[in-house]
Amino acid sequence: MDNTHSFRFFNRGPSPVARLIFFAMLSLLLLFIDARYRHLETIRSILALPIQPLQRLATGISTQPGVWWGQVSGYLDTHGNLVRENTQLKQEHDVYAAQLLKLQVLQTENEQLRKLLDVSQQAQYPMQMAEIVYVDRDIFKRKVLIDKGSQKNIEAGQVVMDQTGIIGQVTRVYPWMSEVTLITDRDHAVPVQLLRTGLRAVVFGSGDISNLSLRYMPISSDIQVDDVLVTSGIDGTYPPGIPVAKVTQIERDPAYPFARILCTPLAGVDQQKYLMVISGLHKLPELPKETVKAPETKSKKSRRKKNE
Amino acid sequence: MSDHYSKDQEFMLPATGSFIALSMFTALMLNWLPWQGLWLALRPDFAGLVLLYWCTHKPHRVGIGIAWTVGILADVADSSLFGQHALSYSVLAFGGILLHRRIQMFDVREQPLQVFPLILASYAVFASVHWLMRGNMSWEFFLGCLTSALLWLPMSILLQTMRRTRSDP
Repeated sequence: MDNTHSFRFFNRGPSPVARLIFFAMLSLLLLFIDARYRHLETIRSILALPIQPLQRLATGISTQPGVWWGQVSGYLDTHGNLVRENTQLKQEHDVYAAQLLKLQVLQTENEQLRKLLDVSQQAQYPMQMAEIVYVDRDIFKRKVLIDKGSQKNIEAGQVVMDQTGIIGQVTRVYPWMSEVTLITDRDHAVPVQLLRTGLRAVVFGSGDISNLSLRYMPISSDIQVDDVLVTSGIDGTYPPGIPVAKVTQIERDPAYPFARILCTPLAGVDQQKYLMVISGLHKLPELPKETVKAPETKSKKSRRKKNE
Repeated sequence: MSDHYSKDQEFMLPATGSFIALSMFTALMLNWLPWQGLWLALRPDFAGLVLLYWCTHKPHRVGIGIAWTVGILADVADSSLFGQHALSYSVLAFGGILLHRRIQMFDVREQPLQVFPLILASYAVFASVHWLMRGNMSWEFFLGCLTSALLWLPMSILLQTMRRTRSDP
C-alpha cells in the first residue's frame, strides 16, 4: 500500500480509497432513493430489458437436458402430438379445478355470510395463466418471476394463486415479466378469516417455505388445529374466500398475551410451475370509490359481526 | 517481490479486454442459473470471485468502477435494492486492489485463506444493507462465502491456464 502512495510515476487517476468512497456514496444514495421512493423503477425496467433474456437463457440452458430427455422419452412412449395435447389439457384442468374449488369455498362462505349479514358477495374475476420463469436467487426473499408482464395487462398488486389457494402477490411489473412475492416472504401479511368460526386475523409469512404465523391472536381465541384460513377480502387486495393456510400448531403460553400459532400454506407455494393471476378485483360491489370511506364500512361490518 | 511472482507473470498472455469481459459475463450467467433452496445458500458468488481475481491480478485494468457496474447489473437481475450488490462488489474490489501484492505473494494453494476475509467482508456488507433496510437476517447466507473461498483455487487455476501461452507438448 505504501508503494502505491509514494511512487506515482504514472498518473492512474484518483486513489482506490477516493474511488471506494465515491462509489460507496453513490451506492448508498441509490439505496436510499430505491428504498424510500419509486423513482428508479423506469431505470430498472430499462436495464432489465437486456438482462432478462440472458437470465431466461441461463435458466433455459440449465433445464434443457431435462427437457430433451422428456421429449425423447415422450416420443418413445406416445406421439409428440399427444404430449402437447396433454400439457394443454392439464393447463385447462388447472384453471377449471381452481374455479371449482373457489366455487365450493364461496358457497360455504356465502351461506355463512348470508346468515350473518344479508350480503351476498359476488366474485367474478378474470384469470390469466402464467408460467414461472425462474425463482429469485436472493436468499433473503421468497419471490418468483412469471412470464407475463405489463404487455399482458398485469399490474402490481394483483393476486396470484394456484388451484388450491393463494400463492402471493404481484409486486413489480416488467414489460414481459413480473415479480411475485410469495405469501411465505418474511412479514408478508394476508388478511384472513377462519372458515369454521369466521374469526378475522392476519397471517404473516415467516421467511420459511412451509410456515406462516398467525400473530396477535389472544390466548382465549377459538382456534383449533386443522382450522382452514381463507382470505377475508378486507382491504380489497385479496378476493374473499380463497384458501390460504391450515393451522398446524398452537402454543398457548399464559406468560404471553398472544398465542403462538403456526400454519402451513395450502397452495403449493414452492411446487407449482403454472400459476393464475387474478385481475380486475376493483369490481367488488361494496367498496366505494373513495378510499377514505372504505374503513368505515369495514368497521361497521366487523361490529355487526361481533354482535352476532 | 518474490521470485515466484515474476516467474508466474512471465508466461502470461496479456489479458485482453474481451477475455476479461467474457469471463465476467460467464460468471454472471453462472450466478443467474436457477439456484434454489440449499443450493442457493451454498452457491458461490461467481461474479464476485471473478471480479476479485481480476482486481488482484490486473488492478489497473479492473477497478472499483467496473465492480460497481457489475453490481448494478446483478442488482437488476436479482431485483434487490439498487446499489446493494454494487456496494458489496465495490468493497470487494477495493479489498482486492489494496491487497493484490500480498495475495499474489502467496502460492495459489494458500490464497483461499487470504481471499476469504475479503469475500466475507463483501457478504457482510450485502447482509447488513439488507438488515438495515428490511430488519431481518438469514445466517445461512454466509455459507456462500465459504464455498466462494473454496472455489477460488479451481477458478484461479482455470483462469491462469486460459491466460497461458499455448506451448508445444
